[in-house]
Amino acid sequence: MNNSIIKYYYGDYGDKEAPTGGGAVKTSTDEWPLWEIFIRSKQGLDHKHVGSLHAVDAQMAIENARDVYTRRQEGVSIWVVESKHIHASNPDEAESFYEPANDKVYRHPTFYDLPEEIKHM
Amino acid sequence: MNTQTFIFCLHLGDNALILAQRNAEWTGHGPVLEQDIAITNISLDLLGQARNFYQYAASLFNSFNGEQKKVVDKYIPRLWKEYNRELQEDDLAFLREEQQYLNLLITELPRGDWAQSVLRQFFFSAFQFYLYQHLQNISDPQLAAIAEKSIKEVTYHLRWSGEWVIRLGDGTGESNQRIKNALADQWMFTGEIFMPEEYELIDVLSFKNSWIKKVQDVLSEANLELPQQTWTQSGGKQGKHTEYLGYLLAEMQYLQRAFPNATW
Repeated sequence: MNNSIIKYYYGDYGDKEAPTGGGAVKTSTDEWPLWEIFIRSKQGLDHKHVGSLHAVDAQMAIENARDVYTRRQEGVSIWVVESKHIHASNPDEAESFYEPANDKVYRHPTFYDLPEEIKHM
Repeated sequence: MNTQTFIFCLHLGDNALILAQRNAEWTGHGPVLEQDIAITNISLDLLGQARNFYQYAASLFNSFNGEQKKVVDKYIPRLWKEYNRELQEDDLAFLREEQQYLNLLITELPRGDWAQSVLRQFFFSAFQFYLYQHLQNISDPQLAAIAEKSIKEVTYHLRWSGEWVIRLGDGTGESNQRIKNALADQWMFTGEIFMPEEYELIDVLSFKNSWIKKVQDVLSEANLELPQQTWTQSGGKQGKHTEYLGYLLAEMQYLQRAFPNATW
């Protein structure tokens, strides 16, 4: 590992299912499971991640999300997923995963000059 | 007819206000963060309903002639009479005395533990649900409008509290025991809902069967038995309250009585 400062973005939890555990803490059996909440706003097309909460089952998770995350008219639709079912990329691998794409400008459609005849593509 | 509407509004507003005050006692003390937020949200919903009813009642009173004002005088707060201004919603909410409140006894019972709060909420929300359903069709347009808005909130309260009763009843040994105790304590206060008063514009007996059926369905899913006891506590709707209401009002009214006519 280099002596570099590693920057973590929101949601960088690592894969809890991976052998390394991704840094997740083992929870005791009588704690309620953790759920990730996604809300779609009135104007939106996709559900966005807004946070997480504890609940015993999916129905309670949806009701809790309604109480906690839609109080100020933030949304009209709720998705809940148990956190253990979400697999995330490992932030330690960020370098090999994402940096190679930095200098490959030919992957963007705007890189190419189109001939006059098909300019309105 | 209008004086009857005025008194009915006080009853409906009081139900919501007193229960809102009780549920608010959970603020910061809920068993889990999300449930703390849930029950305080319910408290705020009820407070909103109370405001609507009191606003309507105050505007009705201000439009009364001398005869009508005399008829309802026993419900008017003494302190307000010294202010020499129009009656407002806050005067009705905060300045009346114990015997002038017309809420159901079940709303003033202590907060208790979580089982007692959710069971009480369930009984009350089921009552409000059917009452508002009927109230939506009443000839008074203002009351019908309040009912139409409030029934959406109450639908959620009923769902939330019903599911909690089932979860506790069908849960662990301890949760089942707690909700059984709550049921034994509270059942005798539910009968009062179906004792008609002359100021009511809705015949409460018309939805008694629906209420019983709803309660039965939820209790059976929660492994609980519908109590057979028929004797019921009563008096709240007539202004005769339990010893609990005095303390609740003392806390709720302290500020308005210590600083009369104060504004924020």
